[in-house]
Amino acid sequence: MFRFVTVRLLQGLLVLLAIYAVTFFLVAATPGSPFSTERAIRPEILAQIEAFYGYDKPVGERFVTSVSNALRGEFGPSAVYANRSVTDIIAESFPVSLKLGSLALGLALALGIPVGIIAAVRQNSWLDYVPMSVSMAGICLPTFVMGPLLALIFGLIFELLPVAGWFGPEYVILPALTLGLYYAAYFARLTRGGMLEMLNQDWVRTARAKGVSESTIVWKHCLKGGLIPAITFLGPALAGIISGSFVVETIFQIPGLGQWFVKGALNRDDFLILGLTVLFAALIVVMNLLVDIVQVALNPRLKYE
Amino acid sequence: MALLEVSDLRTSFYTRGGVVRAVDGVSFTLDKGETLGIVGESGSGKSVTCYSLMKLIPEPPGRIESGTAIFDGQDLLRMSARDLRKVRGNRISMIFQDPMTSLNPYLRISTQLIEALRIHRDIDKKAALNKAIAALEEVGIPGASSRVHQYPHEFSGGMRQRVMIAMALITEPDLLIADEPTTALDVTVQAQILDIIKERQERLGTAVILVTHDLGVVAGTCDKVNVMYGGKLMESGTAEQVFYDPIHPYTRSLQKTIPSLQTKGADLYTIPGLPPDVSKPINGCAFYPRCPYPKVAQPEGERPQLVENGDGHCFADCRFCDSSAPIESVLPKHDAGDVDTAQDIREGEGAA
Amino acid sequence: MSDHSETAVLADEPVPPPIEANEIAAEELEEGSSLWRDAWHRLKRNRLAVSSLFIFIFIALFCVVGPWLSPYDSQTQDLFLGAVGPSADHWFGTDTLGRDLMVRVMEGGRISLLVGLVATLVALLIGVMYGATAGYLGGKVDSAMMRFVDLLYALPFTIFVILLMVAFGRSLWLIFVAIGCIEWLTTARIVRSGVISLKKQEFVEAANSLGFSHMRIIVRHLIPNVLGPVIVVATLTVPAVMLLEAFLSFLGLGIQPPNASWGVLINEGQQNMEIFPWMLIFPAFFFALTLFCLNFLGDGLRDALDPKSAKD
Repeated sequence: MFRFVTVRLLQGLLVLLAIYAVTFFLVAATPGSPFSTERAIRPEILAQIEAFYGYDKPVGERFVTSVSNALRGEFGPSAVYANRSVTDIIAESFPVSLKLGSLALGLALALGIPVGIIAAVRQNSWLDYVPMSVSMAGICLPTFVMGPLLALIFGLIFELLPVAGWFGPEYVILPALTLGLYYAAYFARLTRGGMLEMLNQDWVRTARAKGVSESTIVWKHCLKGGLIPAITFLGPALAGIISGSFVVETIFQIPGLGQWFVKGALNRDDFLILGLTVLFAALIVVMNLLVDIVQVALNPRLKYE
Repeated sequence: MALLEVSDLRTSFYTRGGVVRAVDGVSFTLDKGETLGIVGESGSGKSVTCYSLMKLIPEPPGRIESGTAIFDGQDLLRMSARDLRKVRGNRISMIFQDPMTSLNPYLRISTQLIEALRIHRDIDKKAALNKAIAALEEVGIPGASSRVHQYPHEFSGGMRQRVMIAMALITEPDLLIADEPTTALDVTVQAQILDIIKERQERLGTAVILVTHDLGVVAGTCDKVNVMYGGKLMESGTAEQVFYDPIHPYTRSLQKTIPSLQTKGADLYTIPGLPPDVSKPINGCAFYPRCPYPKVAQPEGERPQLVENGDGHCFADCRFCDSSAPIESVLPKHDAGDVDTAQDIREGEGAA
Repeated sequence: MSDHSETAVLADEPVPPPIEANEIAAEELEEGSSLWRDAWHRLKRNRLAVSSLFIFIFIALFCVVGPWLSPYDSQTQDLFLGAVGPSADHWFGTDTLGRDLMVRVMEGGRISLLVGLVATLVALLIGVMYGATAGYLGGKVDSAMMRFVDLLYALPFTIFVILLMVAFGRSLWLIFVAIGCIEWLTTARIVRSGVISLKKQEFVEAANSLGFSHMRIIVRHLIPNVLGPVIVVATLTVPAVMLLEAFLSFLGLGIQPPNASWGVLINEGQQNMEIFPWMLIFPAFFFALTLFCLNFLGDGLRDALDPKSAKD
């Protein structure tokens, strides 16, 4: 397993490098530059600025410098937000997003998986229909409807929770709910599907014929296999939660990472875009590795390659 | 007193296409240590009969409509779920058709083997594991002490069926129900598996219900035979009676399909037509449309009841065909190379 | 929801292997079409999917035909009126500029559905061609092409869509292309695995030995046979695309005023939800209902086209 993890991490580094290259050249090929603003700047000053950021050199050379800097953990200055380096921005906002994101993901799992299991075990009863319809509705409502609705209900009508800001533990609840509910719905549906597939297997009949109780059949015989679809979805879910956090951060005014994704792209802040993309991809790579490890642990037919 | 006494068992499935009367009034008895074969084509209700005894019919859509199954003084069909669980895997065990799907791929063989022991016996894990290893050795799995920790996918089909047998017999049950235990297996393994079941049964004194569509298997293995068709018994008696002296036209046709009994080089016989659709009411006789004998009356009314021919040999008394005609003259010749025929050849050889 | 009964009855015998998508290929044309008919029958028995289909058709008609029947125009402002709640004159109420909300919801629906359909078509076109090529060529080309897809999965696409919108201006067509460029990855994977299982079958070898070109084999023989799964993905891609469009609208990068998609209307609505709740309720209701129907329809189609995956 150690070998497996090492190999996968090295592969992951290669993936990151490739993603860095793809992003770099995509951004470079996009018309405009970080410094083209509405304000008229004298050409010689613009040239000076561009030279300062290295934009006077050919693309290839810029790429090499950029990669070697990135390998040392230097993603350069933010081209738009003066005096702030990309590393600063990430260091400041990433912990906020990490807290929000992991809480949302935890909530999604803690809510979605039990609901999915119950729905599968009580298939075609109201314990199946009601949660599954609610979860479908959850999947169909955009976050920016869900967020304000939750804020309205819990913040303004019942005055239970703060609706904006990032000052204490109570501030994280509504945003995490908004972000997590959508994925809870997804996990519930995936878990239900996975569990139903397991419960309809021949070996469940074998277990019944041995006198195994229904609850043992669910926990011991079906849970491992039934969780696999939900586990597989963890990677995409994480990606979605990261990019989806922008909406939530805007609605609840949270100083997280999501806003920078959009600001970076809106302002053509090349360095910021690169830094954030690499961070995003690194998270995905690590998450996929974790997912693969869990899958091997759950499914004896899989082996570490 | 009989170990198991089934009377008037009726099981139906309520589908959109109508009510499927899969088992329609079946009665039989089984003594301690005895082997009963239930023979019939696909859809004859033979497996549903067994699943009904263990209440393993999915409900809905299935429903056990009526009947009793007195096992050691208790009616299996009217037991509470809790009491039934104490019987399942403890006093009655079951082996299924497809060993590839009947073992849980996510659990080690050891876990699955000791499960019934741990539920039904007061035994610690270590002792249970030792028993499991012994059980695997008894069904002829080499290297049992290490293989017991493997997963099902590391075993071949035949080996898995051996595991199933070991698992079913580990609690030394009074009754073993084997639902087509050899159908999904390679011909070369089929005979071995039957031998193992037989050997274990003799050692433990277990009664066995062997479900199969292969009359040849029954002849060599069973004491008694039930022949089922369209959810009803067509004929029952000792293996000798049913096998060598069949009375009902259906049994006679079945007998004709055993390849090893047919003339070498001749075209293999298959019963023409298809099994009846039991979701529609059956008038008179379910076999009538396929019956090779000269038809003497229009089929109507209730399906014929079993009558006894002295010495325990029962058969459905059919009044619509003249079964006294000599069979060779009425059985038509059939083309070989039919899919069904090919399968019969395989199974016939495996059993021989 | 349906086939329990049949499997249970068949418990007696080896259950016949379910028809898989790749087996459709091996059938003759007539049998192939009867498989589609079977799927249609199975779909019809799924009440949820059928009612979803009808509601979806109704919503689509409402949006497409509605504006011609309405006495109001979606652009005409009535600043004296302002935002008023639902009334006999304005069934859905009006927005802050006094525009009739019902017409705006209808026209927003036109745009949202159009974005959903066109972007899905773009995604399918790319995904099907890419996946079919990779699967058909196989070997190193295949693994290189699929590595590339894996790579793209790890990219934060919102960044690129935003970048595209910023760089090239905010046109409707760009939205189609940008979203289509994101959503093709899953289609490509599904088509590839379908093609791989198909190409080993005799009819492809036959076509090969007859000297047909690769292009012809892919387009004429392989793609039609992976149509089933592709239809399912398509049905599920439309709602995903519509959500993405709504997200872009939230960023202010979607459809530009005075035109509006459902996403734009919902965004306007959520900004005014405390004072003028109808501005959120009506567009959000239609949006969610449409997505609801498409998702259920997609689930139903999957169960109908691939009986093996039918869970209930």
